[in-house]
Amino acid sequence: MNKNDFLVRLREGLSGLPQDDVAECLTFYEEMINDKVEDGLSEEDAVAEIGSVDKIVSQIVAEIPLPKLVKERIKPKRRLMVFEIILLILGFPVWFPLLITTFVIFLSVYIVIWAVILSLWAVELSCIASALVGAAAGVKFLCKGDWTQAIVMISAGMVLAGLSVFLFFGCKAVSKGAVIVTKKIALGIKSLFIRKENA
Amino acid sequence: MDIQLKRGFLDVCVLAAIKNEASYGYKIIKDIKPYVKLSESTLYTILKRLETAGMLTVRSAEHGGRLRKYYHITNAGLKRIEDFKEEWKQIMSIYQFVTKEDHHNE
Repeated sequence: MNKNDFLVRLREGLSGLPQDDVAECLTFYEEMINDKVEDGLSEEDAVAEIGSVDKIVSQIVAEIPLPKLVKERIKPKRRLMVFEIILLILGFPVWFPLLITTFVIFLSVYIVIWAVILSLWAVELSCIASALVGAAAGVKFLCKGDWTQAIVMISAGMVLAGLSVFLFFGCKAVSKGAVIVTKKIALGIKSLFIRKENA
Repeated sequence: MDIQLKRGFLDVCVLAAIKNEASYGYKIIKDIKPYVKLSESTLYTILKRLETAGMLTVRSAEHGGRLRKYYHITNAGLKRIEDFKEEWKQIMSIYQFVTKEDHHNE
């Protein structure tokens, strides 16, 4: 593959990314190939040394933040026609609520996930608090000389303390899982935009 | 090597390659080559990241009838190298501690 073929393929691979980024990337690789050729390599060897276009493209896409990708996706490739603008305005009562609904649905999924985790931690906290109160009440009854009540309170406190230790590990594992799920969802949304662009 | 760790190392390597005088893409790769392998695509993302972070600036200059981009280090970039040296002292003391434990167990 010679320099021009390489640059054409790279441009195709990067189509859909912001124009500035595409131009910058092409300049970088053109300069790199020119410098390699100046150093004594043939054009084919210089291109071969740089590696596959796919690898370059995936590395660049991974570095570009999602908002920039979305903005590029939404931006129309040509100017809007008059009737399209009129349709956009007339259709506003339809598409705007739909947009908001989609957004709210995603948001509520997130809130539900984190609400579950929050309530789990609340249970954990109340277990610890009850264990402490149980122990304190046990000591109080002990001072009064009420042995049966004291034993009941202290043993209840101990059971709760044991439970809270178990629950702690459970809560930690679930929280960790939720973080991973949240990250995966974000990555999924991002790749959705990239795939659509390349199609 | 751990990817995050290597990423941090490479950033500093690139800064070190332009520390004394401004350099260009191909020369940076050639200068670093004896120490660590750095692909063109990785260098591209590193240079962009360092530029965004304000650790280097880019200026085009004429070379042999074409334009070539030269990367100049900034004060923030120089500071990053100094910070790296300090961090490295801490890492070395941790390393000594870890290897001392090894001998102890033998």
